[in-house]
Amino acid sequence: MAIGTSRKERIDSLAESSASETGVSLAASAWRRLRRNPVFLVGASIIGLFVLLALLAPVLAPHDPGVRMLADQVSRATNSIPPAQEGHPFGGDQHGRDLFSRVLLGSQQTLLVAVLATVIGLGGGLTLGTLAGAFGGWVDSLVMRIVDVMLSVPSLLLAVSIGALFSSQTQFTVILAVAIVQIPVFARLLRGTMLAQRESDHVLAARSLGVRQRSIVFRHMLPNALGPVIVQSTLVLAVAIIDAAALSFLGLGAADDSVPEWGQMLGNAQNVIDSHPHLAFWPAACIIVVALGFTLVGESLRDALDPKRRR
Amino acid sequence: MALLEVRDLSVVFQRKGEEPFAAVDGISFDVSPGQMVGLVGESGCGKSVTSLAIMGLLPQRGVRVEGTVEFEGKDLLRLSDRELADRRGRDLGMVFQDPLSSVNPVIPIGVQVSEVLERHEGLRRREAALRSAELLDRVGIPDPSRRLKEYPHQLSGGMRQRALIAMALACKPRLLIADEPTTALDVTIQAQILSLLSELVRDTGTALIMITHDLGVVAGMCDEVNVLYGGRIVERAGRHELFAEPRHPYTAGLLASIPRLDAPRGDRLTPIRGSVADNIPWAGGCAFAPRCPNAVDACVERSPEMTRDGERLLRCHNPVGRPAPSEEVPVQ
Ligand SMILES: Nc1ncnc2c1ncn2[C@@H]1O[C@H](COP(=O)(O)OP(=O)(O)O)[C@@H](O)[C@H]1O
Ligand code: SF4
Ligand SMILES: [Mg+2]
Repeated sequence: MAIGTSRKERIDSLAESSASETGVSLAASAWRRLRRNPVFLVGASIIGLFVLLALLAPVLAPHDPGVRMLADQVSRATNSIPPAQEGHPFGGDQHGRDLFSRVLLGSQQTLLVAVLATVIGLGGGLTLGTLAGAFGGWVDSLVMRIVDVMLSVPSLLLAVSIGALFSSQTQFTVILAVAIVQIPVFARLLRGTMLAQRESDHVLAARSLGVRQRSIVFRHMLPNALGPVIVQSTLVLAVAIIDAAALSFLGLGAADDSVPEWGQMLGNAQNVIDSHPHLAFWPAACIIVVALGFTLVGESLRDALDPKRRR
Repeated sequence: MALLEVRDLSVVFQRKGEEPFAAVDGISFDVSPGQMVGLVGESGCGKSVTSLAIMGLLPQRGVRVEGTVEFEGKDLLRLSDRELADRRGRDLGMVFQDPLSSVNPVIPIGVQVSEVLERHEGLRRREAALRSAELLDRVGIPDPSRRLKEYPHQLSGGMRQRALIAMALACKPRLLIADEPTTALDVTIQAQILSLLSELVRDTGTALIMITHDLGVVAGMCDEVNVLYGGRIVERAGRHELFAEPRHPYTAGLLASIPRLDAPRGDRLTPIRGSVADNIPWAGGCAFAPRCPNAVDACVERSPEMTRDGERLLRCHNPVGRPAPSEEVPVQ
């Protein structure tokens, strides 16, 4: 991920895309363009497939992902891991658990990590961005100072530093580390769109009617400022999955692996990656494909909402 | 007593690293209860800034506002933000130029009308919705109870302007400022909106400040007309006097540039030459001098003071028709 200024520029250009026109008619015309965009359709199909997989995983999975049913085929001494066999199409993992079932059920946990991290990042970012954009002045200066400092650190480095702060790693600390990194991104984005709203004609009109500040902010500014934030959220879902995997790979993943998660599976596979690359391949492939899906949807949403790229 | 007394109002924009710029430069005028007053001038002469200053809606930073704006004896410029917000929508209303962008796109029209009633009259949601339907009906929106639930993009520009007028007049304010309310609309709709506005303010006894760049708009409705140039009032007169005998060369120029039904056939419209970009500062003479057909030497030497000629006020060294009146008008 690029550093400093270019990230800020990317965020700000997205913020600008909402300035000219917002609202229901925009959403309608954006949807019309999206429906015909192959990039969006591919991304949406990928996401749809994986969500479906996650929902059906408990039914589809042939075995319990936590049971070491092939443990007798595991040997540390000879570095042997259960190969593919009848009833176990992917074979077993280092602990003799059914790899196919673990990959299937890993979709649940991975999507959950992505969604929770994004929601937490979004919540923090919305709070800070609303404060800064709605009130301006010193509140704005203070919030933006903090946000810009956070943005100037490469995001993965920041996530690793935050992840390392916790004495013991769990799925939750991974989520938190990934989420905190996204807070400044959402905050800067929302602040930009809120400022544009503050200058807008309809907010001036609302103020001319004596509408209270609370309502100005939450009814007249915020809903109109959210478009780019929604676009960003889909992109952040992809980033969160990859960052979570990277944390696991760097040894900052959750210690308990009874419930499978792709990033963690990938991280745990690195000791045996030379002799048994398939242990890393399946979770890595899933991570790449699902992250690609979110990115394709996010980018096509961004295009659809950007008035400059409209025909 | 006047409802609104604007005295020596100045609005100076000062951006970092730029020269201060007086968009409004010491203007004074009164509005009596129920009166309709016109504020006329070309784009950029300070009409919108004047109305925003009266409403207290100018940006908080980079602006210096001087003078007084007394509404029923209280200076609006000295009120706190909260006191002002209590008055806006209740005592003072405003209608803006662009109805397309002046409504919140993500909220149904009905909610936006109701919000004003809930805010100022403490109505419950139910009652407010009923009153909103009545209001939409009153401003000529057909099938109001269905329209209430619609989003702005489902309404045409004219319908949105009607809805905005309904919001501005929902609490029967005593003063309504209409800032070019028809400029963004189709010509056929313009006349409807204007007659609706004058009918409504007449019914409710609301005083109206009609802001426009089009003398034709004020011709039909205003009792008194202020002509603005470069942030100053250059001529004020009753509607009939102004149209029958414009004295300021700028007013005369504006009149000559609008089509008149009673003009002899073949008479060509004559636009005012040049543009506001040619203005010189008031400090060294008359801002209009570079464009003025009547300009004399004095016009680039001394700034013309406001003078009184009967009921008429005039700021000109060499007015159209008779020589300039000699009685200077001190700032009240
Ligand atoms: N927020 C602002 N900052 C700086 N200058 C402004 C601002 N608003 C208006 N102006 C300037 O003030 C002058 C008068 O503007 P305005 O009152 O909008 O003109 P109009 O008579 O067309 O309504 C213009 O020259 C405009 O550029
Ligand atoms: S003062 Fe001079 S320049 Fe200005 S309007 Fe009068 S005659 Fe023209
Ligand atoms: Mg204007």
